[in-house]
Amino acid sequence: MKRITIEPVSRIEGHGKITIQLDDAGKVADTKFQVTQVRGFEKFTEGRPFYEMPGITSRICGICPISHQLAASKACDAIMAVRIPPAAQLLREIIHCAQVVQSHALSFFYLSAPDLLLGMDHDPATRNVAGLIEANPELARAGIELRKFGLLVIEGLAEERVHPAWIVPGGVKSPMTAQARDRFLAAIPQAMATTEKTLGIFKGLLDSFTEEIANFGSAPTMYAGLVDSAGHMQLYDGLLRFRAADGSVLQEGVAAADYAKFIGEATVSDSYLKAPFYRPQGWPEGIYRVGALARINVAEAMGTPRADAELQEFRQRFGRMAHSSFLYHYARLIEMVYGLEAMQLLLQQPDALDTHVRAEAGVNALEGVGMIEAPRGTLIHHYKVDENGAITWANLIVATGHNNRAIGDGVRQVAEHFIHGDKLEEGMLNRVSALVRAYDPCLSCSTHAIGVPALDISLIDAKGVLLDRLRSE
Amino acid sequence: MKKLKLATVWLDGCSGCHMSLLDLDGAIIPIVRKVDIVYGPLVDAQEFPEEVDVTLVEGAISTQEDVERLQQIRARSKMLVSLGDCAVTGNVAAMRNVFPVNQLLQRIYVEGADADPGIPHDGLPQLSKQARPAQDFVKVDVCLPGCPPQNKVIAGFLNNLLEGRKPEANQKIKFG
Repeated sequence: MKRITIEPVSRIEGHGKITIQLDDAGKVADTKFQVTQVRGFEKFTEGRPFYEMPGITSRICGICPISHQLAASKACDAIMAVRIPPAAQLLREIIHCAQVVQSHALSFFYLSAPDLLLGMDHDPATRNVAGLIEANPELARAGIELRKFGLLVIEGLAEERVHPAWIVPGGVKSPMTAQARDRFLAAIPQAMATTEKTLGIFKGLLDSFTEEIANFGSAPTMYAGLVDSAGHMQLYDGLLRFRAADGSVLQEGVAAADYAKFIGEATVSDSYLKAPFYRPQGWPEGIYRVGALARINVAEAMGTPRADAELQEFRQRFGRMAHSSFLYHYARLIEMVYGLEAMQLLLQQPDALDTHVRAEAGVNALEGVGMIEAPRGTLIHHYKVDENGAITWANLIVATGHNNRAIGDGVRQVAEHFIHGDKLEEGMLNRVSALVRAYDPCLSCSTHAIGVPALDISLIDAKGVLLDRLRSE
Repeated sequence: MKKLKLATVWLDGCSGCHMSLLDLDGAIIPIVRKVDIVYGPLVDAQEFPEEVDVTLVEGAISTQEDVERLQQIRARSKMLVSLGDCAVTGNVAAMRNVFPVNQLLQRIYVEGADADPGIPHDGLPQLSKQARPAQDFVKVDVCLPGCPPQNKVIAGFLNNLLEGRKPEANQKIKFG
């Protein structure tokens, strides 16, 4: 038996470790995907005033702080038992669209484009965003600008880009000015042009990744995501729907407060990342996926014209239910089109400039749950408080957690397909890492992990003798 | 001219400080062209190189592995910078310090489990009793505070470095 370790997995948001066990014939016998740190937000928030939760839980993740602030604030809205003002609802949705655009741009251009545009087997020394800037400065700059667009909307509303203090229990802190709205609207066409151009480039690449599409975590699973009453995709509100791999709807209309009836969490002995499961099917059978691919599988349609045209083309290529994890990249690009269209519609709503943006109240319920679709999937914050509003108990189910089992299974499939024999090639192992990257996992979010990128893969036999070693230098 | 070797490291933090670095937007392009990013979350690199000019460390120090990594980074870096409040003070990462580690793990993996409860242990680093700032373990040359440090603070620091000026946090900074 031989063992290969990839640690840490690079160009992902967090610290993960992959171990691949080979048998004597050089075939993959077993694989393991581990997340290697925990920070303890669910415990150390005990005793804090509930209204601090958006600010504290924002620090779970610097990539999608807005997601945590939104889920936390929705849980706090429930504790206050308020319905937030219409303008606050619109503004929260607008900033959420901005965040989805910036987060998906980060995933595509900064983390995965080096694999997709330079190639899985490209020299690892330049297979990164700096290499992309050299090889294709125009596209790299366009990607930087697209991420910047999302962040300018966030900064324009909330004053800061990372961990702003603008989304608050009861609504948001300040209204949007007409000038800000006009500035955002004026910038959307350029962002849309960049997104559509990138989609075109990506679609042109699909034919060169047929092997990856066929073998990248392509096992069918259930999916979960938020939809509205028409079955259109929702990012901020909506009810949770579970759809089976064959396309049939298993469960419709799960409200935030009822999540625990349908989602359980299992502990895994070799990872700090817990694995949620669909309760009616139990553990470990109840595996399901969330995130961009899950959302487009779960929804009937996106609900905006350009994104729906793209979704239709996607379904013509890959069928009504697409299972390959490689297609998360494609789904994220379609969602960026949706995010820009949805943002434009929201900005044009007459209520968007209303100055009544915050409901004030104290503790009116001792429990609250907030649920949204974060860029990486369904995010749930569940708090209990005492009469004074101090947190007594908190549970957080974070997007990447739902995908824990699927990522592990996908790692095994990719390893079995691409890794052969005793001789390692860097490109084989990069594909294993690329499978993890396809999920755009936020390991930092999910357990609040460390992330130090390196590629140092050792092939060691059962007696501990080093057979082969591969390092990117 | 020999390019400056820059490394960035992400320990017990949220990556927000790295995001603030990316928030230089297009201004990062001329910087990237003047430095070699030899290690960091955005590059597929190598183990920590033998000789690095400047290393930016994000995050608090939370495990024995973090301590060992930080010591190696210190030994191999001419200048070590604490990037952001978690590295500078412990910040949010250190909010766990008032609870014993076992209580924390018990809450999440035993009380918080609906199936297979138990504290994960197999091949995983153990949490230290406390999350602590970098300067508790090694000499830190420069602190860039903020949660996160503002992008213009990071830009100012990097441009000072590249233009041969003494690095100083001479711009608007904030804690928290």
